[in-house]
Amino acid sequence: MSYTLFILLLPLISFLVIGVVDMDIPKTGKVWSHKAAGLIGTASLGIVTILSYYTAFEYFFCTPRLADGTLPTLVPFNATWLPLGNLHFDLGILLDPISVMMLIVISTVSLMVHIYSFGYMHGETGFQRYYAYLSLFTMSMLGLVLATNIFQMYLFWELVGVSSYLLIGFYYTTAPAIAASKKAFIVTRFADMFFLVGILIFGYYTQSFNFSFAGTVEYADGATHFIACNPETALIKNAAMTVLPISLVLMFIGGAGKSAMFPLHIWLPDAMEGPTPVSALIHAATMVVAGVFQIARMFPIWIDYAPQSLSIVVVVGAFTAFYAAAVACAQSDIKRVLAFSTISQIAFMMVALGVCLPGHGEHANHASLGYMASMFHLFTHAMFKACLFLGAGCLIHAVHSNEMSMMGGMRKYMPITHWTFLISCLAIAGIPFFSGFSSKDEIISACFQYSPICGWWMTGVAAMTAFYMFRLYYGIFWGTENKEHHEHHTPHEAPWTMTLPLVVLSVITVGVGIFTTLGGFLNWDWASFGSIVTATGTQYTIHFDAKIAATSTIIALISIGLATWIFKGEKQPIADKMYAAAPRLHRWAYKRFYMDEVYQFITHKIIFARISKPIAWFDRHVIDATFDLMAWCTHKTSNLIKGVQSGNVQKYALWFFGGIIVLFLIMYFTC
Amino acid sequence: MISIELLLLVSAVMLFAGIYGFLTRKSTLAILLSIELMLNSADINFAVFNRMVYPNGHEGVFFAIFAIAIAAAESAIAIAIMINIYRQLKSISADKLTKMKW
Repeated sequence: MSYTLFILLLPLISFLVIGVVDMDIPKTGKVWSHKAAGLIGTASLGIVTILSYYTAFEYFFCTPRLADGTLPTLVPFNATWLPLGNLHFDLGILLDPISVMMLIVISTVSLMVHIYSFGYMHGETGFQRYYAYLSLFTMSMLGLVLATNIFQMYLFWELVGVSSYLLIGFYYTTAPAIAASKKAFIVTRFADMFFLVGILIFGYYTQSFNFSFAGTVEYADGATHFIACNPETALIKNAAMTVLPISLVLMFIGGAGKSAMFPLHIWLPDAMEGPTPVSALIHAATMVVAGVFQIARMFPIWIDYAPQSLSIVVVVGAFTAFYAAAVACAQSDIKRVLAFSTISQIAFMMVALGVCLPGHGEHANHASLGYMASMFHLFTHAMFKACLFLGAGCLIHAVHSNEMSMMGGMRKYMPITHWTFLISCLAIAGIPFFSGFSSKDEIISACFQYSPICGWWMTGVAAMTAFYMFRLYYGIFWGTENKEHHEHHTPHEAPWTMTLPLVVLSVITVGVGIFTTLGGFLNWDWASFGSIVTATGTQYTIHFDAKIAATSTIIALISIGLATWIFKGEKQPIADKMYAAAPRLHRWAYKRFYMDEVYQFITHKIIFARISKPIAWFDRHVIDATFDLMAWCTHKTSNLIKGVQSGNVQKYALWFFGGIIVLFLIMYFTC
Repeated sequence: MISIELLLLVSAVMLFAGIYGFLTRKSTLAILLSIELMLNSADINFAVFNRMVYPNGHEGVFFAIFAIAIAAAESAIAIAIMINIYRQLKSISADKLTKMKW
């Protein structure tokens, strides 16, 4: 399966071509760069998508399962990039169930975003640059999921960070975009520092940067074999007990930064300053789940050597899920609502990974149900959240504003956007026969298995999810129409390049939803996500727990009903009364519980004023002064002795001659 | 037979005369002559040692011939440089050549 190399190479080539080649033909006066750049990017992504689907087909259906029922881990390509004694940094391609699943997710969403951007970015300056960055991002994200070792993952992890930075700051002439891109970069870099420390600790003590795998690893011809991480042969024998949990938690901090977990979430809402398709691709579907993917990658190590530390993941995830949902209930900017919803949903995935328990033999898949649920939710969430964001893009395209107050009553003007948005809202709310139901239900089952408190907590968050999503839905498509605004510019449906991706993504949402819902109730093993991705690699047929399924469905319906009751009408007396009853709560939630202000305070008032300023003073007055003194001494000394260099050749010769005589005398009298 | 010391004395006198001239004369032409004097004293040494110490070989003599040829080339270059200096400064006095200082 060496063709998988092209999955990485094609976006790289298109990035270089689009990024470097000037596609305008100046003499004809026609602007070619739009069509050419877009077509090159989309075509290469199309080929990548076909290759990814073919890879998935070949991997899941044509690769025979091993005797123990697991799918083999394939390494079609792996080369030593930098050998360092026992350790070596490899670059390669690794195919296992989760990386192949991620290939599907990334290539699908990225292709949809490429097509969508034709319409959304039409006529923007920097169109070519935009497509170049998109290709760069896609390449990095694919490299991240296909990484054969944690170090390669880190390389591409930083690359997605850079491309995210570039795309958030795409409108670099506006101040908020610049601030947002810097904030995103600094916050994620800060978190990545912990990731790097974790990697180094891990590599040093286990003598390997490689992941540990549940299944068997099969190498293609010429691929460098890698030593899987083996704590038994580690430098310190008890590394497994002390060092591994520490390094894994440090890596989790890095993942929490990328995946916007509390308190490192502050960059994600601001990242919405970027173009909306970028938000759909990077800040909803793919890059922000990198943290979840990282934990899933290291999962065999987590579960074997640090199962207790997983509770940190649970606590962080559960709190973030609730916090983000609470904030999402009060936001008025539609992209902000979606951003907080994304944070909340990623936290669901984190919790699902955290609630896994170590199990043995037959029970391993059951105990680690959360792993499967998390990956499944990652898949379904990517599809419907991308659809929601792209739908939001259509709305913004129509009314030229992000504010909900500028919308209202949009269902008459934009039917396709309306229906696809509704489908995605139902999916995220967890209504049966939509994809979100199947995955979220598994997460909640896993949570209940872990502890009832966790289960009920996440059920509550799921209810809030349904509520705020339908608040958003009614606020946009029903409710009070902003007639004043619409008079200037009647909203219209977006062009087909923008609606097609919406339709495709919602078809996936519904299709996956129908099959997995029916499959979950009727025990169809072929329609179960567990037949491709599970913690141990063996097949596991999802079977819904009727009680949990019924409870979460009813709660979701009640929340939707509540949202309908409050927000559907032209006038919203109940909502107004609620604001009046708890103005402070609303204000706090609207201001995101002042987290940004807390950061501002900590960084400016404490770190900058109390730590950075004295250090800066020390630097300027002690370190700089030392060097200034040295320079001053040198200057003065050279002024003193520079007279020797008079330019008179005969004087030089005299010095030379005198020197020779002195040397001669020394040698004569000493030797 | 003249003793080797006497022959070497001649070359030593020539060398020190050259050094003295090099250090004291102001005209670069005279300095060039002094350099030639020093070179020739070395040539005499070559010939003397060849004749007195290794009478069967000819290496010293050949070396002296090469050194004379090179000295000729060198003085041609030096005079060319001096002509250029003269065109620039209207003088070939070594005192005036102080441009190459700090």
